[in-house]
Amino acid sequence: MPQQTVLFTPLLVASVAFFAWSLYRQLSLVGLGKPDAGGTDYVRSLRSMLVYAFGQKRILRHPFGFNHLLMFWACVFLVVVNIEFMLEGIFPSLSLAKLPDRIYFPICFISDILSALVILAVVNAVIRRMFFPAYAQARTFEAFVILSVICVHMLAYFGINASEISQGRELAAAYMPVSNVLAGLLVGMTAEELGLFHVVSWWTHAIALMVLMNLLIPYSKHLHVFTAIANCFMRREGKPNVLPLEAFVEGNVFGAGQVDLFSRKDLFDSFACTKCGNCQNACPAAFTGKAMNPRLLVNDIRVNLLVNGSRLKRGEAPILPLIGNGGEGSVSEEALWNCTTCGACMESCPVFIEQMPKIIQLRRHLVETEAQFPEELLNLFENMEGRSNPWGIAPSERAKWCSQLDVKPFDKNTTEYLFYVGCAGSFDSRNKHVSVAMAQLLDRAGISWGILGKDEKCCGDSVRRLGNEYVFDKMARENVEIFRERGVRKVITQCPHCFSTLKNDYRQYGLELEVIHHSELLRNLVQDGYLKLNGTAGEMGAVVFHDSCYLGRHNDVYDAPREALRAATGTAPKEIGRNRNNAFCCGAGGGRMWMEEHSGERINLTRVKEALEEKPDTICVACPYCLTMFEDGLKDVNADGVKVLDVAEVMAEAVLR
Amino acid sequence: MLIVACIKQVPDTTQVQIDPVTNTLIRDGIPFIVNPYDTHALEEALRLKDRFGCRVAAISMGPPNAEATLKKALALGVDHAILLSDRVFGGADTLATSNVLSAAIRKLHSDVDEVGLVLCGKQTIDGDTAQVGPGIASRLGYQQLTLVDRIVDLNFSGKIIRVSRKLEGRHEIVEAPLPAMLTVVRELNRPRYPKVPMRLAAAKATVEVWNNQVLKLDEQKIGLKGSPTWVSKIFSPDRAVGEILGDGFADPEGTAEMLIEKLLAKDMLPI
Ligand SMILES: Cc1cc2nc3c(=O)[nH]c(=O)nc-3n(C[C@H](O)[C@H](O)[C@H](O)COP(=O)(O)OP(=O)(O)OC[C@H]3O[C@@H](n4cnc5c(N)ncnc54)[C@H](O)[C@@H]3O)c2cc1C
Ligand code: SF4
Ligand code: SF4
Repeated sequence: MPQQTVLFTPLLVASVAFFAWSLYRQLSLVGLGKPDAGGTDYVRSLRSMLVYAFGQKRILRHPFGFNHLLMFWACVFLVVVNIEFMLEGIFPSLSLAKLPDRIYFPICFISDILSALVILAVVNAVIRRMFFPAYAQARTFEAFVILSVICVHMLAYFGINASEISQGRELAAAYMPVSNVLAGLLVGMTAEELGLFHVVSWWTHAIALMVLMNLLIPYSKHLHVFTAIANCFMRREGKPNVLPLEAFVEGNVFGAGQVDLFSRKDLFDSFACTKCGNCQNACPAAFTGKAMNPRLLVNDIRVNLLVNGSRLKRGEAPILPLIGNGGEGSVSEEALWNCTTCGACMESCPVFIEQMPKIIQLRRHLVETEAQFPEELLNLFENMEGRSNPWGIAPSERAKWCSQLDVKPFDKNTTEYLFYVGCAGSFDSRNKHVSVAMAQLLDRAGISWGILGKDEKCCGDSVRRLGNEYVFDKMARENVEIFRERGVRKVITQCPHCFSTLKNDYRQYGLELEVIHHSELLRNLVQDGYLKLNGTAGEMGAVVFHDSCYLGRHNDVYDAPREALRAATGTAPKEIGRNRNNAFCCGAGGGRMWMEEHSGERINLTRVKEALEEKPDTICVACPYCLTMFEDGLKDVNADGVKVLDVAEVMAEAVLR
Repeated sequence: MLIVACIKQVPDTTQVQIDPVTNTLIRDGIPFIVNPYDTHALEEALRLKDRFGCRVAAISMGPPNAEATLKKALALGVDHAILLSDRVFGGADTLATSNVLSAAIRKLHSDVDEVGLVLCGKQTIDGDTAQVGPGIASRLGYQQLTLVDRIVDLNFSGKIIRVSRKLEGRHEIVEAPLPAMLTVVRELNRPRYPKVPMRLAAAKATVEVWNNQVLKLDEQKIGLKGSPTWVSKIFSPDRAVGEILGDGFADPEGTAEMLIEKLLAKDMLPI
C-alpha cells in the first residue's frame, strides 16, 4: 500500500528520532552525578543481568511474578516481530514472509500464541491492580494506560492477521490458531470492508506502537523495560552496606544536598524504578505509617533531577530543593530520619536499586553541612565523640561488666580472639548479662580470648548510619590504630552492628579482620565438640527466632543462630511470618535506637506482635538492640511469661546450668 | 559591636580524681571538655551575631592545650579566639582569674571594637565557685546579670538589655544598661553542632595567644601571687561501698520483695 508507506515513513522516522531524543535528554542527566568507583567484572554483571532481568528471579518471589515473566518474554519476542512490522511499513517488500517456510511458519505460530498470552497477562495485570494492588497508590492512571495501550496494540495485531487471512493473503494462516479463530468472525465481510478493517487495524497497531515508544516508554515507569535490565547488569558487587569514605579536606562537599552530588549509579537507579512498591511494603517506616517511603524517595530523586537537570548542566543553582517539604521532587527531613537502615528495601527491589545509601548521603548533608538533625541526636553525637559510647558514660567504666569475673586483657602474643564487647554489652545493664554468658561460654570452651577493657572504643556504627561521617571517620581511625597496635586479627562480637562495622566498614581503612559473630562461634563450638550440652535449654519452651538486619540482610548470616538454637534446645526455633531476608526490623538500626518515634505505630511493637503470633515462650535474638526493642515492646502487650533472650543466654542455659 | 564569651576548659568531671597527696585535681590523661555552661554562653553570643550581625570573641585563660577549646569555638563560628596563657597566670584563684579576663576584655574593647556584652557560664563544673563572671563585671564596671535563662529584649543602639533570671521557684525580669555581663544557665538555649567545613577551617586556623607581655598586668595581681585564697585540702568524702543484694533479672519478684522489706525496716515507705 504505497499511500500507507508515504504516511508511515515520515511518522516512523520522526518517532524513532523523538524516542532517541527523549531517552538521551533524560538519561544524559545521569552524567551530572559523581563518577562511581565501578567494578569491571563483566562476567558477573552479565550473569546478574541474565538471572535477574531475563530470569526475573526476584520478581518470581511474588504471586503475580509469573505473569510478569510471561509478559516480559512475550514482549522480547514481539519486539522482533514489531521491528519487522516497522520495516515492512517503510519497505513493503521487506517481509518475514519472504523467509523460507520452515522459519517463517514457526515464527508466525509463536507470535500468534504469545500475542494471545500477552492479552491474557494484561487482563491478569488489570485484575491484579484493581483487586489486589501491591500498594494502595498502585492504581494509577499511568499504569492502566500502559496496560490498555499494550492490549490495544495486541488486539490490532490480531485484526491485521485476521483480515489478511480472510483476504487469503497470509501464507502461514494454518499456523496461526488464534488469528484463524478471529478470521472466522470476519466471514461475511465484503472485500472492501475487509480492506478497510485491515487498514484500521494496521494503523491502530502502528499508532499504539508509536504511543508506547514516544510517550509511555520514555515518560512513564515503563522506561524500566530498558533501565531495569541495565540496572541488573550494573548491580553492585557484594552487599550495599557501606558508603564511600569522605575526604575531610577543606573545599570538599559533604553528603548530597543537591541532586548532582549523588553518584551516577544513584541517578541511574532513579530511572530504573518500576514503581512495583516492593520496597515500600518491606520498609518498617512506611509499613508503620511514618514519613519515609523508599519508592517515593527514588521517584523524588528522579523528579528533582528532571526539574533541575538543565540548570545544573549550565552550572546554575537548582530551583527545586532536594531536601525540602516533601512535595514531589523533594525529600522531607522527617522521612530521612525515619529510616532504620534495615536494608529491606534493597533486598526486595527486583532491579537492585539501592535506597539506603542515598538516604545516608542525604543524612550526611544534613549533619555535616547543615548541622541540622533531631535534637535527641546532639547528646548522642557529643557522647560518641567525647566518650566513645552513646550514653556518655565514663570510658573507665567499660570493663565493669566483668568485675566479678576473671577476664584477661587481650595480649598480642598469647591471645587468639579479641572479644569486642561493644557499648551495649559493656554498659547496658540488661546486655551485660549477655556479655557474662559469653565470657563463661568462651571459658568453658577453652578458647584463648581477651578484652581491650578500658581501651575498647565504640565501633561508630550509629554515627555512620546517621550520616555523621566526620565523627565516624575519627572513631574508625582510632579503632583501626588500636587493633593494629595490639595485633588483633580475630574478633568475636556479640552485636551485629559491631560485627558489620568491624568486618565491612573498617575494611575501607585497610584493616582486614576475621570477625565472627557470637552466634556463629557458638554454633561452631558446639559442632566441633568444644561445648557440651546438658539439654536443659529444652525447658525454655517454644523458642522463636528474630533475625537482626545487620546480621541477616546486611551480612547473610541466617543459619548460624538457628543452628546454635537447635543444638541448645533440641529443636529448630520457630519462624516468625516474615523471616530471614524478609525479616521485619526491630526499629533500632540506623541510629533510631537513640531517637524518639514520633509518628505511626511503633516498629518494635509491630514486630513483637508478629513474633507473638507464633505463640512462643521465648523470643530469641542475636543483637543487643533487638533485645532492648523486644523487651520494651513486650511491656506494651499482654504476653505474660514471654521472655526475650540472646542466643548466648540460651546456649549458656544448655551448657552451664 | 563585640560580644565576648568567656569559656573555660575543664576536665570531664565524670572522670576526675583528686590527688590525695597534693589535694589538687589529677588532670593527666583526663579528657577536657568546654565547661558545659560556657557552651550556652557561646551559643547565645553566636545567636546574637546571627541576629544583629555583631562580632563574637571567645576568650579562655588556661594552659597551652586549652587551644582545643578555642578551636571548638572557631568551628562554631566565632570571629576571634584568644587564649590567655602564661606561666605567671597559673595557680590563679577567682580573683586573679577575673583580673586576667577583664584585662583581656579591655584590650579587645580598645583594639577590636566596642564591647556590648560579656557572656559567662553560671559556674564551672570543676571550680564551681560562680565568682568569675561577677568578678569580671565589677572589675570592668559592667552591670551584672546572673543566672540568665532568656534574653527578653536587647537594644544595642539604645544600650539596654532586659533578661529573665532563673531563681529558685520563680523568674525575675531585670533590665540594665549596656555594657553588661551575663552569666547563663542551661535553659537559655540549645547549643549548635559544628558543621564539618567549619571544623576543617578551625583545625587549620591559629588561635591568638596573649601572655602577660601583651596584657602587661602587675604580677602581684595575677596567678598564684595574686590569689589570696588557698586550698588547704581537697578530698573525696568517704562513702560506704554498696553491695549488690539481689539479681533483679534472675529473680525480679524476690528482689522487689527484698527491697520493700529493707525500705520498710528503715521506715522509708509511707504506710
Ligand atoms: C580557693 C580556690 C583555689 C584554687 N586554686 C587553684 C590552683 O592553685 N590552681 C589551679 O589551677 N586552680 C585553682 N583553683 C581553680 C581556679 O581558681 C578556678 O578554676 C578559676 O578561678 C575559675 O573559677 P571557677 O572554676 O570556679 O569558675 P566560675 O566562677 O564558676 O566560672 C564562671 C564563669 O567564668 C568564666 N571563666 C571562669 N574561668 C575561666 C577561664 N579560665 N577562662 C575563661 N573563662 C573563665 C566561665 O564563663 C565560667 O563559666 C582554685 C579555686 C579556688 C576556689
Ligand atoms: S533501609 Fe529499611 S527503613 Fe530505610 S528505607 Fe529501606 S526499608 Fe525503609
Ligand atoms: S525502588 Fe525497586 S522495589 Fe521500590 S518501587 Fe522501585 S523498583 Fe520497586
